[in-house]
Amino acid sequence: MARAIPGRSPVTMADALRQARGAGEPYRGIWSWFSTVDHKKIGIMYGVAAFLFFLLGGVEALLVRIQLAAPNQDFLSPDQYNAMFTMHGTTMIFLVVMPLGVAFMNLLIPLMIGARDVAFPRLNAFSFWVFLLGGLFLNVSFFTGGNFFKGELGAPNTGWYGYAPLTENAFSPGNGVDFWMLGVQILGIASLAGGFNFIVTILNLRAPGMSLFRMPVFIWMSLVTSFLLIFAMPVLAVAMFQLMFDRLFGANFFNAAAGGTPLLWQHMFWIFGHPEVYILILPAMGIISEILPTFSRKPLFGYPFVVFSGIAIGFMSWGVWAHHMFTTGLGAAANSAFGVSTILISVPTGVKIFNWLATMWGGKLRLTTPMYFAIGFIAMFTIGGLTGVTHSAVPSDYQQNDTYYVVAHFHQVLFGGAIFGIFGGIYYWFPKFTGKMLHDGWGKVNFWMMLIGFNLTFQPMMVLGILGMPRRIQTYPDNLGWNFWNALATVGAFVIAASVLVFIYNVIISLRNGAEAGNDPWDARTLEWSIPSPPPEHNFDEIPVVHSVDDFWHRKYVEDPKGRPVPVPAGAAVATHQDGRDGGHGHGIHMPSPSYFPLISAVGLPTIAFGLIYSYALIPVGVIILAVGLYGWVLEPVSE
Amino acid sequence: MAYAAPHTQPLETSTGVDNRKLLMWLFLGSEALFFGSLISAYLLYRNRNLTGPFPRELYDIPFTSVSSFILLMSSVSMVLALAAIQRGDIRRMRIWLVCTALLGILFLSGQAYEFTGFYDRGLSLRTNLFGSTFFVLTGFHGAHVSIGVIILLSVWVRSLQGKIKQSDSLTIELIGLYWHFVDIVWIVIFTLVYLLTGR
Repeated sequence: MARAIPGRSPVTMADALRQARGAGEPYRGIWSWFSTVDHKKIGIMYGVAAFLFFLLGGVEALLVRIQLAAPNQDFLSPDQYNAMFTMHGTTMIFLVVMPLGVAFMNLLIPLMIGARDVAFPRLNAFSFWVFLLGGLFLNVSFFTGGNFFKGELGAPNTGWYGYAPLTENAFSPGNGVDFWMLGVQILGIASLAGGFNFIVTILNLRAPGMSLFRMPVFIWMSLVTSFLLIFAMPVLAVAMFQLMFDRLFGANFFNAAAGGTPLLWQHMFWIFGHPEVYILILPAMGIISEILPTFSRKPLFGYPFVVFSGIAIGFMSWGVWAHHMFTTGLGAAANSAFGVSTILISVPTGVKIFNWLATMWGGKLRLTTPMYFAIGFIAMFTIGGLTGVTHSAVPSDYQQNDTYYVVAHFHQVLFGGAIFGIFGGIYYWFPKFTGKMLHDGWGKVNFWMMLIGFNLTFQPMMVLGILGMPRRIQTYPDNLGWNFWNALATVGAFVIAASVLVFIYNVIISLRNGAEAGNDPWDARTLEWSIPSPPPEHNFDEIPVVHSVDDFWHRKYVEDPKGRPVPVPAGAAVATHQDGRDGGHGHGIHMPSPSYFPLISAVGLPTIAFGLIYSYALIPVGVIILAVGLYGWVLEPVSE
Repeated sequence: MAYAAPHTQPLETSTGVDNRKLLMWLFLGSEALFFGSLISAYLLYRNRNLTGPFPRELYDIPFTSVSSFILLMSSVSMVLALAAIQRGDIRRMRIWLVCTALLGILFLSGQAYEFTGFYDRGLSLRTNLFGSTFFVLTGFHGAHVSIGVIILLSVWVRSLQGKIKQSDSLTIELIGLYWHFVDIVWIVIFTLVYLLTGR
């Protein structure tokens, strides 16, 4: 088999190995996807499903923007409008940005730490199916309000934060909120399963030599995110349960007539909600922390600072929730304390931004599409972060609260931050998981359209907020000076939509005719690039031994006396871990068996939820399905 | 970094802790936030009831002390079950597992008796803040005990089928972790909810 080929660089040598082995394992048939426990397939399914929800949430946003394009419009009724912004927010947070982050974690964690799969492959499959079914369950609500085609939408219309008592039966009859609270509850189970799994995987399945401080920064950010998930989701679960008991069984948690207080909901929701913000952004920060060093051809500047900043953000995110509640009358002491903590949490974020800039400083920049998105992330996220700091000043926040300035701020961090990072990640790792490069020219068209569209959409909202336009209004009068900025924002939203179409076009043409990626098209730094694209089912023929941060880079390059990277001479100590000895076909490597039980168990949950809404008779059915799934799962003769 | 595998497990892990054990600890950490939220809600609404019945009129501290003691004792039998399987004494393990499950069932019966008593004296989920917060908190705790009992009995059946061996002691250890956690949560509930009765 292909041993070292004299006179060729290590990368092409690895290519030769890949040809010798066949380009990854072929994915066999539709049904294999239903029972798969392979983290790569699950990651792809997570990503594709979340992208479809992204399109759905995008259409909802466009409908909102059409309604607001001009004053006094009646394109959407107030109820439809409320349903649209509620479903847009819920979808984009729970069904798009969170699962896209999880998709990257699924795809990358085992590869980056040198493992064959996650610690609990079936739990991983369970997480995906619960997520998918929960997302579909939530969206079923559109069709439960009468005739969908006459615009009678049953979807929840109380905002993604679902403030009680607005969500109580008295103010939200119908079952839209029921679908919302139960759907989000189901999605929370998926997040918990993922979070547990990723933490165990990262802590326990690292390749020999990969100590915690040799892990790629993306892995660190995944670890922090996972901890935030497992501690934040149960708080949300309790809030949702309390709402459920109120709505379905007549309890009094948020019933003011019985002495209940809306503040209970707000506290619980934002104790979940602020760590959630970092659950959304940390994976994207991890992604660009991988992209920037690769295309600057320098190690990440201040690796320990970036890591500790991420950890600090994780801890501090638990102490800032009440800045969402400054106007509720918590009192001067509480407001000051939370204002200060909010200012403080911008410090570790700022540390990261400076480290990213310093990574690029003096580097040999290669301006590929992933690099464009990474730089776009830094610029846009910095604006978003700064507007966030303005909220930490309590008197200033009193003015901004509930205006479009807030809408502009969180889109600036979630779209300009998370979505830009995620698109950068897609362009960066697409070759690894499909074997094809995404077209760089179309990628740059995609980037510029998205950047321009994004700024056209959300910068006018900053102005609108300062002009006093409140959030969540279905329309507005003609004479307030808001017309131009609203029209501009609507144009921008359509430019974003067009940029997404360019992206889809790029994916299609690249899958058909894209350039072959090879193992390591970017000359990158982390372990996933040391194996074929797409990776074989077992990932690594032989588990690598890690000697430093960016181990794969150091296998390829040594430094000259001036610290510049010099390729390791061919035939030297490179590529020893995938050098195609007779084990190269991956035979004899024990991989976890496929299983249908995660899917069966997952089906039980929405069944129970439908039962709670429509007929209690369905509840035992769902419980039995869940029990059958779990018992089958536990008793199944597989070893993971 | 040490890669030595402890004697109870076949897999090597980076930390030396078995994957399943780490998972259980993380799960219990997550559960702590779950019960923490429920208990916080109870404490926030303590003494804010507009109508009765009030906690002071309903709580029967001696009775609940006895049922708390029963649950505490079930933790002892759980420890004995683990010790038995670690020695390889499957027969004793079986006895202690059943004993633990029965003590759990006894505790649940006490809770059912208490719930019905409260209900007969006018307290339901709908009555006041106390009813809502009390029943949801203790109800979720009871659900956790019930799931524990189901798991214990399932393992007991498996051991009757001869499927549980000394090498499975980790399974018993994990069930024990869960059981002790649920027990500890009850001690917190008993202290904060029952003993600090309030008005």
